[in-house]
Order: sequence, then C-alpha cells, then structure tokens
Amino acid sequence: MQTPAGMPSPVSRLVGLAEPQQTPLLSVRHLSTDFVSLDKTKKGGEVAHALEDVSFDVYPHQTLGLVGESGCGKTTTLMSVMRLLPAAGRIIAGEVLLDGVDLLGLSEREMRRYRWKELAMIFQGAMNALNPVIPVGDQIREPILLHELMDRQDADRRVDELLDLVGIAKSRKNLYPHQYSGGMRQRAMIAMALACQPRLLFADEPTTALDVMIQAQVLDLLKHIQAELGLAIVLVTHDLGVIAEVCDSVVVMYGGVVAEYGPIDAVYNAPRHPYTQLLLEAFPDLNRPAETLASIPGTPPRLNDLPPGCRFGPRCPQCSEHCSQKKPELVEVTGTAIRQPSFLQHHWAACHLLAGVAGPAALKVSD
Amino acid sequence: MSRRWIILKRNLLNFWHAFRRNRMGLFGAFLVFSALFVAFFAPFLSPYQPNETIRDANGRGLTFAPPSVHPPLGTDDAGRDIWSQLVYGARISLAVGFLAGFIAMFIGSTLGILAGYFGSWIDNLLMRTTDILLVIPDLPLMLILVATLRRLELHISPIVILVLVIGLLYWTTTARLIRSQVLSLKERQFVARSRAIGAGYFHIIRKHIVPQILPLVVANTVLIISVAILIESGLAFLGLGDPTRPSWGTMLNFAFDRNAISNGAWWVYLPPGLAIVWVSLGCVLLGNVLEEMLNPRLTSHHLEGEALMVARRPIEPSTQEKP
Repeated sequence: MQTPAGMPSPVSRLVGLAEPQQTPLLSVRHLSTDFVSLDKTKKGGEVAHALEDVSFDVYPHQTLGLVGESGCGKTTTLMSVMRLLPAAGRIIAGEVLLDGVDLLGLSEREMRRYRWKELAMIFQGAMNALNPVIPVGDQIREPILLHELMDRQDADRRVDELLDLVGIAKSRKNLYPHQYSGGMRQRAMIAMALACQPRLLFADEPTTALDVMIQAQVLDLLKHIQAELGLAIVLVTHDLGVIAEVCDSVVVMYGGVVAEYGPIDAVYNAPRHPYTQLLLEAFPDLNRPAETLASIPGTPPRLNDLPPGCRFGPRCPQCSEHCSQKKPELVEVTGTAIRQPSFLQHHWAACHLLAGVAGPAALKVSD
Repeated sequence: MSRRWIILKRNLLNFWHAFRRNRMGLFGAFLVFSALFVAFFAPFLSPYQPNETIRDANGRGLTFAPPSVHPPLGTDDAGRDIWSQLVYGARISLAVGFLAGFIAMFIGSTLGILAGYFGSWIDNLLMRTTDILLVIPDLPLMLILVATLRRLELHISPIVILVLVIGLLYWTTTARLIRSQVLSLKERQFVARSRAIGAGYFHIIRKHIVPQILPLVVANTVLIISVAILIESGLAFLGLGDPTRPSWGTMLNFAFDRNAISNGAWWVYLPPGLAIVWVSLGCVLLGNVLEEMLNPRLTSHHLEGEALMVARRPIEPSTQEKP
C-alpha cells in the first residue's frame, strides 16, 4: 500500500524543507458519491453526482477546513466517510483510508465499531441531534456504554469529566435538551463526540445558528480540546473567517468537486482557482469596511444537470472553450512535478488555467 | 437506584399535577376506574349470584320485576338480579376489552415499528397484510371466525376465543399509526447521530424509537380497549358470548331474545347498554387526554427546573406549562 506522504518528497529535499515525518490519519482518495432518485416511474431513476473525485488527507493534531456553498457536498463528504449516507446515497468509487484500513470495504458490523471510537461527529444543529425525550447526560453516556467495557458508575464519571471539559455544570446532566440553551447544546454535542476519545472529529457546521459570542466560545473550545487531546478535526463551514482562524489547511469545494486544496496561508494569500479568488473577494475586509462586497453571479450547478466541462465554468469570468468541454484535474499549482506528493504542504487546484503539471497519477488509488 | 426512584416519583407527581387540571381526562379516568373497581370487587358489591333466581314469598320466580319491586335494578326473565349480573358482567367485558386491547397493541406496535424502521420488502409485506385485513369488514369476519372456532370444540372458553379473535384482528390501525410515526422518527437527526455513534438497529429502536412512540401507544391502547369492549358487546349480543358467564353484551342478547323489549322491561336492557357507553366513553376521553399529556416538551421550560436560579422559590404546578 502506498502512503502519499510516507517519505520525504524529492521537492522538499531540494528546497530544504523539513518534511514532517507524518502519515495522514485519514486519506480520502477519488471519493465519488451519487444520489439515486428512488422514483420508479423513471427508467433507471435519476442520478445526481453529489461528489466526484474528492481527495484530501487529514493529519493528526491538525484541522482541515471544508468550505463551500450550500449543496456543494461538504456534508455528503463527511457522511460518505462515516458511511451514513441516506438511503438514496451510493458511494460509487474511491477509498477512505483510516490508518491504512479502507473504511469502504468494511462490513456494516465492523464499521459500527469504528464509528465514534475512531471517528466522531458534531452534527449540524445540536438540537436535532439530541433526542428530546432523553436527559442529556444519558445521551452522552450512550456511546460510552456501547463502545467501552465500563459499568454505569464509571461511565457516569466519564460523563462528569466530559461535561467539565466543555464547561457544563454536572448538576445539569439530568436535564432534557430543550432545557439547555443553544450554546450549551452544542457543547453537550462536543462532549458526546469526545466520549470515546476518537482520533478524528468531524465538525459539521458546529457554529451555525449560534450568535457570534457563542460561535467564538465553541471554536475556542474546539481549539482547546484539540490542544489537550491531540485529535484531528475536519471542520465543515461556509464561514471563511472561521476557517482562517481555526484550520491548518483547507479544501474549497464547488459543486461536488475539490476546487482548491492546500495549506491555509497559501490558499488564502495566493488563491489559484477563480472560484476561491472570487469567494475571498466576496468576504468583507476589516481594513476597507466601506467597500462594496463583490458577489459571484449565478447559482451553483444542479447536480443532476452538470455542465460537461468544469463545473464552475458557467459562472467563471475566465472560462474558455476548453473549460466548457473538458473537466480540469487537480494539479499542483507551483508547477513542480512531484513523484511523492504530500497533501500536507502542497497547494492544489483544479483549473485549466494551471494546466499541465503533476498528473493525477500522484493521487492514484492504492492498489 | 434511589435517585431513579426519586426522579420517577417526581415525574409521576408532575404528571398528576398536570392531569388533575384536565377535567375531561379526570372524568374519563373516573369512568374507567370506577368500572375497574366494580369489576374487581364484584363479590362484595353484588347481593346475589349472577345466575341465581330470586323467588318471592310464595317461592315463585320473580320475573321481570321492575326496580321498584326489586331494588336496585329489578330482575330479568329468569328472575335474576340485574345489578349482580351487571357487576359480574363488568369482569367479562373489561377482561376481554383489556386483554384484546393489549394483544392488538402489542402486535400492532411491533409490526408498525418493524415496517417503519426497516422499510423495503419488510414494510411491503407487513403493510400489504395490513391492507388485506383492513379491507375485510371486521364484524362479519370476526363473527365467522368466532362461530367457526366454537364449532371446532377446542375446549377453549368462548371468552378466550373472543379475546384472541379481537386481539389478532384489530391491530391494523395501530400498526399503520405506529409505522407512520416511526417513518418520521427514523429520519430525525438523533437517529442518524445514534447510527454515527455505532449503535445497531436494536439499540436505536429500544432507546430512541420506542420511548418516543410510547405515549402514542399508551393513548392508542386505551382507545383500542374501548373498541374491543364495543366489539365484544356486539359479538356477545349476536349470541357469541359465553352464556354461563354473561358479559354486558350477553345481557343485551338475553334481553333481546327473551322479549324484554316487548314486555317494556327497560331495566333489563338499559343498564348494560349504559355500562358499555360508560366504559367506552371513559376510555375515549382518557385516551385523547393522555395523548396530549404524555409529551415531555409540554411540561417544562428550560428556565425552570433544578437550575441555579437567582431567586429560588417553589414552583407552583400552574407555572409548569408553557403559555
């Protein structure tokens, strides 16, 4: 099995960069997911290509941001990795390697053991993710009792510790979710996510529907927990500011594909994909508050009616004939050919304007 | 363990406080529980055996004696005390109603949960079975079944046959109701979260689905009990009850067969009829109110409870509900 970041790349040896001796915790390669409409009146049903060829790595102790418009596949990516897609979802290609184990190849029973023990998740909207008729403490205890060989007293003690970690008074563990405030629910959700000490935490818009103060609290809490427990976090959001503050690297998604991927500084300071450039221009700048914000005309593509070439083509100001015919591949933007690419340091984008470097062979599916 | 008991006690008390203020529910509960009380203490409440013929001073049977002659409710064609029959009849009617109701509820909710949660072919199979049972008219089918089973001479009491036939045929509406609830519940995010936790389907059904549909099941059971009592009365009226142990329906059957109506003996057929109305009305009222009550979100607000409030004062029960 080939690990893309396994050994120092020739490039870094040339440039003299110290390549971190790290293997990714999670490698997603060429992940493609379809949604099949279950409408039986149509022949074969209608297919929406929700994800196509999504690849990225998550390293221990690091935070990866997934950013993009609504419906661009951020949550679908997480759900595909967790294998919790709704009934219509089908993973049609790719692999998801957690420590070298392909999660897509596991049986449902084996997969169950991985969920929460290795990969935990903070859901979009904590109110809905908590069962309204069970006290919060009992819900936090649920994964502990499922995964750990622990009796109730020990599990309860763990729940107390977890609540303490996220700053909720122990006395409130017997209350029901509706008796919690929005921020408390989100913190309770975080406590639940940490219950089995996972190595990887998916945070699906953990700050949506919270006001700015509580957002800051929750993000601080995530950072604090990451520092304390050393877990890897994948943060899904459409807030570029949150990404800039918390993440080490960022995946910009558009219409179910990866538009740009790289270290946060590189992507924010020198965006190479037109979509990322426009997205960053649309973000308010504190230094020039009076300026009118730019917006990207048009709407994201409908996933069951995709343009034949680049998915961003119809909205791209630099779109050419070539773009509307051929799909761009993810390439290394600095233009150096890499034999052993590392997703940790390199900056990738999928755009014909950067054509011609570092073929997709770099990201080949192992075996 | 003791803490659990305290919480349980507190919840029950809260429930009682809220329930107490609902007059309709209280009235329904009174109707049902008074009938249960009478059925339970039948031997102490009836002056005669239900099949004992009462004789006058001359030793003749006291037939069709009006309440004024033989209080409290007179006698029937065979000179039996109506009140004693009514009291003992409550045992049969209620037993059939409750047992059949529980069987129907158990089958209905199990099948409803299975169909709703697993979907696909399980759902199809179960729901088509339900459809078939739904389109066959209940009463004729039950009549035929009960009559056939009795002719087979299986040495089972006719009452057991009634319980089984009603219970095994009357789960269809429950199954549909529960299925629709489960269909909506299983799409909720906390179920997805539970799957993400690594829980299997049994755990999810037990921990997340059943507690949520339990209020509905309880309320529905009470309603089904009333229907079961009505059906039992109907079948018994048509002569399918146990003549040696008369229920209210059997009493009506006797009254009809033996010309109580043409004799103008209203005290023979009115009491069992009213008793049936008494219990089924009670069940309907209680069932409807229970359905409203057993929703935990209606009982308290997040600014109350054992929170660390600035001013701690005892919470009046009347402030427990959201405006």
